[in-house]
Amino acid sequence: MSRERDLALRRRYRVERLMLALVALGTLLAFLVLFLVLVYALFQGLGALNLDFFLKDMRPPGEAGGGLRQAIVGTLIVDGLGLLLALPFGLAAGILLAEYPDHPLNPYLRLLSDTLNGMPAILFGLLAFILVVKPMGGFSGLSGAFALGFLMIPILARSTEGVLSLVPKEVREAGLALGLPRWRVILSLVLPTARAGLITGILLAFARAAGEAAPLLFTAFGSPLLELNPLKPMDTLPLRLFAFAISPYEDWHQKAWAAGLVLFGFITLTSLLARWASRRRF
Amino acid sequence: MKRLYTHFGDRVFALVLLLLALGVVALALLMAYELYRGGSLALGRFGLLGFALGKEWDPALEKTFGAWPYILGTLIVSLSALFLSFFPALAAAIFAAEYAPRWLAQILNFLLDLMAAVPSVVYGLWGIFVLAPWLRDKLQLPLYLWAAEHAPGLLPLLGVPTGYGLMTAVLILASMIVPYTAALARDAIALVPREHREAAYALGATRWEVMRLAILPLARGGILAGAFLALARAVGETMAVTMVIGNSHKLPYTLFGGAATMPSVIANEFTEAVEDLHLSALIGVGFLLFLVSMAVNFTAAYVLRRQERLVKGVL
Repeated sequence: MSRERDLALRRRYRVERLMLALVALGTLLAFLVLFLVLVYALFQGLGALNLDFFLKDMRPPGEAGGGLRQAIVGTLIVDGLGLLLALPFGLAAGILLAEYPDHPLNPYLRLLSDTLNGMPAILFGLLAFILVVKPMGGFSGLSGAFALGFLMIPILARSTEGVLSLVPKEVREAGLALGLPRWRVILSLVLPTARAGLITGILLAFARAAGEAAPLLFTAFGSPLLELNPLKPMDTLPLRLFAFAISPYEDWHQKAWAAGLVLFGFITLTSLLARWASRRRF
Repeated sequence: MKRLYTHFGDRVFALVLLLLALGVVALALLMAYELYRGGSLALGRFGLLGFALGKEWDPALEKTFGAWPYILGTLIVSLSALFLSFFPALAAAIFAAEYAPRWLAQILNFLLDLMAAVPSVVYGLWGIFVLAPWLRDKLQLPLYLWAAEHAPGLLPLLGVPTGYGLMTAVLILASMIVPYTAALARDAIALVPREHREAAYALGATRWEVMRLAILPLARGGILAGAFLALARAVGETMAVTMVIGNSHKLPYTLFGGAATMPSVIANEFTEAVEDLHLSALIGVGFLLFLVSMAVNFTAAYVLRRQERLVKGVL
């Protein structure tokens, strides 16, 4: 009897060890490609990174030197404009969801936000093409901003709702008890309390949009020279990276890796900043 | 509660919020309507079914547009990627939630966030310059040479070894969607009540037995929802796939061969489409993509909601 129990126990421990090994192996596999991508981006990209990369526009193929200033500036402009477009809608939807839980629109709002959140980014580009590029008669940074803005709205709505629902009920009750109208309670008490979390959500939405190329292919379109007028086609880093990656020139491949590294660095920094912001109180 | 709305400022504020929030509703409706309208020229010409099931896509000569090769390509690529990524993702979630010490779990969670945040063009770049050449030289070429010598009948199945094709896209996509399954699975595992584990441990279960008997059955819905979300991401992923899939108009018939997906054909041809019918056909593909994404997302939302109810019921 005890021998049998002993054997059964041993078998169970063997299974335990086997499963631990499998789980560890699976975890390694899960992160393998991420690790490889990061290593390659570092090794290939660092060589092409210098001051010129940030301060000069790109050169025609075959000419050495130059940088990607136009793409970096373009990314900031298109993404920034997109954020400005998305903020009022995303914040309002989030506030409605969190602060007016009984509102009849909410179930639909939540479902539609989630659905839009899962929509392929390229569809937002198609929508911006139909709504902005066609009526305006040409590609433009502004239409790219619309595409990215559309993309950010559902992200902002859900993150705002999540953050506001973490604000303690007592904050609202205290305000209402003082006789403040509800709108003042929300604007002067609830939103400031949740400020750090709101900033985190905004940063993450911004970072997410900064890496998108698909919705910009036929909206912002790209431009080889620095362009500050949002009504003209504009370059962004992901767009330029794509164009360089499928080009046949060695120098451009190097710059594509560097662009990837800069993009990746920017997004990591933003996420770290967002984490840091959500930890401290302002 | 009702009295609060009677304040004039409150009414104005609630109205402004409502109007802005209606923007979200409008965005969703506009997307459905405009994609349908934009594709109506092609959809009208071939009919919805004829367009979706048509096997010919020829913008140059025949001017016929059938989206079936891209629908099939999307299905093959995204389902295979989901299949490949599911168990590593689940393993990562289990490891982060149950096995790893706190500091390691925090690093893993950060890596998962990072993986989801790396732009897809960067994955595509790696695919073009590292994965595709490697697959070509180390796998496809040897296989091709072997088949040429020993089994020439297999050659058409292998296709030309270029490194670009379905398999490359599947491999990259699989690692890109890991964080979606993993994050939801991790959260679902974390939501399982402590009492469940403690009861199982008290009965003398090993750590794996606790996982298998007490945790995974309860977390199943969340894990499933994560898989559906990952599938939705895979269906819509554009840049990385476009960069490595080889972009062929033909029906995908070999694992190594070139293919295209619904997003990749839009990305590839949209700026080249000069004729109205071609443009409309591409927007029509977008409309089909919209329908597919919608279906997958709704399923994910449904599964997740049922899961929430299940866990609440246990508590």
